[in-house]
Amino acid sequence: MNIKLNGTEQSVADGASVGTLVSQLTGRSIGPDGQAADGLKLGVAVARNAEVVPRSQWHATALADGDDVELVTAVQGG
Amino acid sequence: MTGMNETTLNQAPGAPAAAAPTDQFVVDGVTLGSRLIMGTGGAPSLDGLGAALVASGTELTTVAMRRYSPAETGSLFQLLADHNIRVLPNTAGCFTARDAVLTAELAREALETDWVKLEVIADEHTLLPDAVELVEATEQLVARGFKVFAYTNDDPVLALRLENLGATAVMPLGAPIGTGLGILNPHNIELIVARASVPVVLDAGIGTASDAALAMELGCDAVLLATAVTRAQDPALMGEAFKHAVLAGRLAKKAGRIPRREHALASSAMEGRAEFL
Repeated sequence: MNIKLNGTEQSVADGASVGTLVSQLTGRSIGPDGQAADGLKLGVAVARNAEVVPRSQWHATALADGDDVELVTAVQGG
Repeated sequence: MTGMNETTLNQAPGAPAAAAPTDQFVVDGVTLGSRLIMGTGGAPSLDGLGAALVASGTELTTVAMRRYSPAETGSLFQLLADHNIRVLPNTAGCFTARDAVLTAELAREALETDWVKLEVIADEHTLLPDAVELVEATEQLVARGFKVFAYTNDDPVLALRLENLGATAVMPLGAPIGTGLGILNPHNIELIVARASVPVVLDAGIGTASDAALAMELGCDAVLLATAVTRAQDPALMGEAFKHAVLAGRLAKKAGRIPRREHALASSAMEGRAEFL
C-alpha cells in the first residue's frame, strides 16, 4: 500500500504499523511501549491524518492505504 | 527612554533587595540557575552552538519541531542533554491555533515535556504574533495540560488576557524576531511587568548586551534570545556578554536606580570648601 510520509509518497508493507514505520526510518528497535529498545531517547513523534499517535499506541496502530503521516523531531530553532 | 517613570511603575516599596546567589528564576515550580533562555536557531554549526550555549550559562533552550530526516538527527538533542540544558519546544512557523496545538502535541510526544513556547505568527514578513490565534491556542493548550510560554506582542492588555487564560509565562517581544532593534516600547514592557503575576520573559528583538540589561532593569524575569548570539561574529563571546548583561540588569533592578532629574545634583558637599582670594 502507499502512504504519504512527510509529504512524499511511500510504499509500505500491507498491515505495517506506525511502530514498524518509525523503526524502519530511525533504524532503531522499538519496544512495545514505543521507547527505543537501546534505552536512549528517540526524540520523534508521529501524526497520522493530522492526529498525534501516542508512542504507546505506535505498535497497535495499523497504517492504511492513503494515510498521511508526519514524523517530526527537534531541530535548531528560535 | 526619556520620560519613563520607574518610580511609579512596578516598584515594590520596602521589598528586600535579594542577594544575587539566592535570586533564582522559578517557572512552573522549576528553579533555573540562569535568567537567560537561549534559542538554537541561526547557528551555522552544532559545535559553535554548543560553545555559545555553555558560555551563556543558559539552562533552558528552545528547539523547533520539523520533519525527521535520517541525515541530521540526534545531535542537537544529545548536545542539550550533554550540557544538562532543559528543552523548550516552540511552535515556530505556525499561522493558526490548529497547527500550533498539533505541533505542541507532537513536541510533547517527542521530547516528553509539557512546556511549550507558543508562537502563532500572522505572516512571514513581520513574524508578529497573531493575537486572535494566540488566545485561541493558549486556551486549547492549557485545557490539554500544557505549560504555555506565550510569545506575545508588547501589549499589556493581551499579556494579561493570556495570563488569565492560564499561561505559565508571558513573553512579550522587544522588537520583531531577528531584527536586533532592541526594546522598542519599554513603557509597555514595564506595564506588562507591573500587572503580571506570572514570569515575564522578554523575547525577540534583542540585538546586543545592553538590550538584555534594559529588559531586566524594566523588571522582566528573564530574557530569551537566539539570533543576537548565534549570528554574532563571535557567538561564544556574545553568549558570555549576555550572561553578564542579564545578571547586571537584574542586580540593578533589585538595587533600585536613582530617579531621573532635570537638573544636576552635586554629590560633593559645597560646605567647607577652601576659599581662594
